[in-house]
Amino acid sequence: MARIAGVDLPKNKRSEIGLTYIFGIGRTTAQKILTKAGIDWSKRVGELNDEEVASIRSIIQSDYKVEGAMRSDVQMNIKRLMDIGCYRGLRHRKGLPVRGQRTRTNARTRKGRRKTVAGKKKTLEKK
Amino acid sequence: MSRSLKKGPYIDLKLQKKIEALNKSNQKKVVKTWARSCTIIPDFVGHTFAVHNGNKFIPVYIQEAMVGHKLGEFAPTRLFRAHPGIKSEKTTTTEG
Repeated sequence: MARIAGVDLPKNKRSEIGLTYIFGIGRTTAQKILTKAGIDWSKRVGELNDEEVASIRSIIQSDYKVEGAMRSDVQMNIKRLMDIGCYRGLRHRKGLPVRGQRTRTNARTRKGRRKTVAGKKKTLEKK
Repeated sequence: MSRSLKKGPYIDLKLQKKIEALNKSNQKKVVKTWARSCTIIPDFVGHTFAVHNGNKFIPVYIQEAMVGHKLGEFAPTRLFRAHPGIKSEKTTTTEG
């Protein structure tokens, strides 16, 4: 079992996919890392020897921002938007979609579980 | 879709001229503007703009972190108070 950047990688997956279990590394970055380390993408994570794991680890450490550092970076970016009081910041503050999606329906990912508002029936009866 | 890099950022020419004049004479005046789509450039930092939101002018003080955003992002055009049903719901709960 390879442990990189504080994350246990699944040993039965291809290393190209396995690396994406680290926050901040997607398919493209994973492929770049493996190419740089000279490892076949389709080699399973469990088949990597210690040397290969070490080289992957050093590449990630020197070139990429992952896990905690990446998370705090994202938070900082959001905080910056909120602090300057721009439209995107306001949407973040209210917990509504930021990129102009509709909110009349859907948008449940941002808004969370449906909160039923009492008194909505009345307006229907009037009509 | 983002704007072509070839063109560079969109800056309202009249507004830029005004700010240049202010910078030259070292003055700070509130500049009224309707150019919501104008990108904020480093020259604008420290000035206050009165950005139109379709109804009135919203004073926007430009900080360094705002560079690269548009003026309109800081003058919201919609006003959301609350949903009508929620208010009455709250009052009934406080009564009961």
